[in-house]
Amino acid sequence: MREFINLTLGGVITGAVYAAFALALVLIWRSTRIVNFAQGAMGALTTFIALSLIESGQSYWVGLVVALLAGLVLGAVIERLVIRPVEGGPELNAVIVTLGLFIAIQALISVLFGVNQRAFVAPFSTIGFTVGDSNLALSPNTLFTLGAVLLVMAGLVALFRFTRVGLAMRASAFGQEVARLLGVRVGRMLTLGWALAAVVGSLAGMLIAAEVTFVAPTFMDSLIVFGFVAAVLGGLDSPIGAVVGGLLLGLALSYVRGYFSDTLTGMAALVILVVVLLVRPGGLFSTTQTRRA
Amino acid sequence: MAETGAHGSTAAGAAGVGLSKGDTGRGAATGSSVIAGGGTATADAVLSVEGLSAAYGPVKALDGVTLRAEQGRITAVLGANGAGKTTLLRTISGLVRPTAGRVVLDGEDVTRAPVEAMVTKGMAHVPEGRGVIAELTVDENLRVGSLFRGKVAQDEFDRVYDLFPRIAERRGQTAHTLSGGERQMLVIGRALLARPRLLLLDEPSLGLAPRIVAQIFALLRKLVDSEGLSVLLVEQNARSALSVADTGVVLNLGRVVVTDDAARLAGDEDLRHAYLGF
Repeated sequence: MREFINLTLGGVITGAVYAAFALALVLIWRSTRIVNFAQGAMGALTTFIALSLIESGQSYWVGLVVALLAGLVLGAVIERLVIRPVEGGPELNAVIVTLGLFIAIQALISVLFGVNQRAFVAPFSTIGFTVGDSNLALSPNTLFTLGAVLLVMAGLVALFRFTRVGLAMRASAFGQEVARLLGVRVGRMLTLGWALAAVVGSLAGMLIAAEVTFVAPTFMDSLIVFGFVAAVLGGLDSPIGAVVGGLLLGLALSYVRGYFSDTLTGMAALVILVVVLLVRPGGLFSTTQTRRA
Repeated sequence: MAETGAHGSTAAGAAGVGLSKGDTGRGAATGSSVIAGGGTATADAVLSVEGLSAAYGPVKALDGVTLRAEQGRITAVLGANGAGKTTLLRTISGLVRPTAGRVVLDGEDVTRAPVEAMVTKGMAHVPEGRGVIAELTVDENLRVGSLFRGKVAQDEFDRVYDLFPRIAERRGQTAHTLSGGERQMLVIGRALLARPRLLLLDEPSLGLAPRIVAQIFALLRKLVDSEGLSVLLVEQNARSALSVADTGVVLNLGRVVVTDDAARLAGDEDLRHAYLGF
């Protein structure tokens, strides 16, 4: 029983991290219909910027704020300079561009910060709470991770649902030409979408770094697979779907890891992806209505 | 600026949708001289298109089109498939860039203006295929139409819902649940929330039952007569369009064949047979 509880808790925590990453993917998919394979590398870059600040004596929180701001700028600049020329073109072009970005940014991190593993100190204690004589897989830091992800999700949902900017972003995503005819500055909305996504991706990087405690330029790589699976589980279009997808995937993989083998998790994730795409290609929460443009 | 169109616009628009013309001063400042030469001007041209040409690659879709949309009138652009009707509207609103010619809106040359700016200049374009954003709710669709104006009072939305009770019942539903007629009502209502002086309508009758088409056209007529709205209507359904329009412009292969009073066009049997198919 205790093992089950700990696997569940562990699953929720890693799931929250997948969810954060999936949120970033969903934001970009929503606004530009592009899967951003560079998301992990972008998050890693801003995390390294924060880590350098923290190592130079600044607090974690200064590092976090700088990482998020750096993400904002990075996302906007990348959309304007690199993505804009391939927007609206064949999908494959955009895929190749984001893959190229992934490699380029990862190389940039190595050049700027070296390829060695570096310690990353979590902002809160990572020692699990104890209940009676048992040690739970739940620590103050994992609570922080979970809270941060839920807060970001709630913020994004509120942004999309209740604000004029959010409505303009959704209009731009779903009906670009109509939105332009109605006076929505679609270009700005796309830039904003990428900027927001990169902020969320940076947050994911900071949260993961605190969980894994050692970071190298490639530390976000495995997350691309898991984050992508989580986003597809949620239907790629919905922030809530991304978070639920992330949590479900985290739980599933945690049970696989605990009851079968650690080495099976990557395969399990892909099996889940394939099954979901076969059975419910629109994601777990899709209605039967598929959209024809 | 004279607002004495043939249908005498009563700008106050007391009972209607509140489509009072934004600033009526703008046209007068720079206008008239540009459009003075344009034929028998009985009313002010809200829009004047001068020698407009556009092409898709080597294919010429518009070839020197000149026409005007007058204040407080419905101008119908008619013609067969491929005559260039849709391209004309898309070029006017900037979605297609012209290879030659000018588009003048209220005396201002807007040929190179960005698409997003047109609606702020008083022109709303309802594209072909109805252009609802299917993923958004009815209410959200309407709100997108007024986004550029900043905060808009709820009673403006209520007035649109009063005009179209059928979509009012569905305001919380996503737009993909609407029927074709309801979608057309939604996009017209959405365009009205932009408070345009000129409305570009692309094939509003497409795929709709004749009764719904008649309803929509009657409503357009009412808006034009009571609010001084001006409409440039593109239609393949020439008979219906001419029954509601003041002026008709017949396009064929990207050129204007004839521009005349709508009633006279409808009565010209040879022309009807040759270009309008009825």
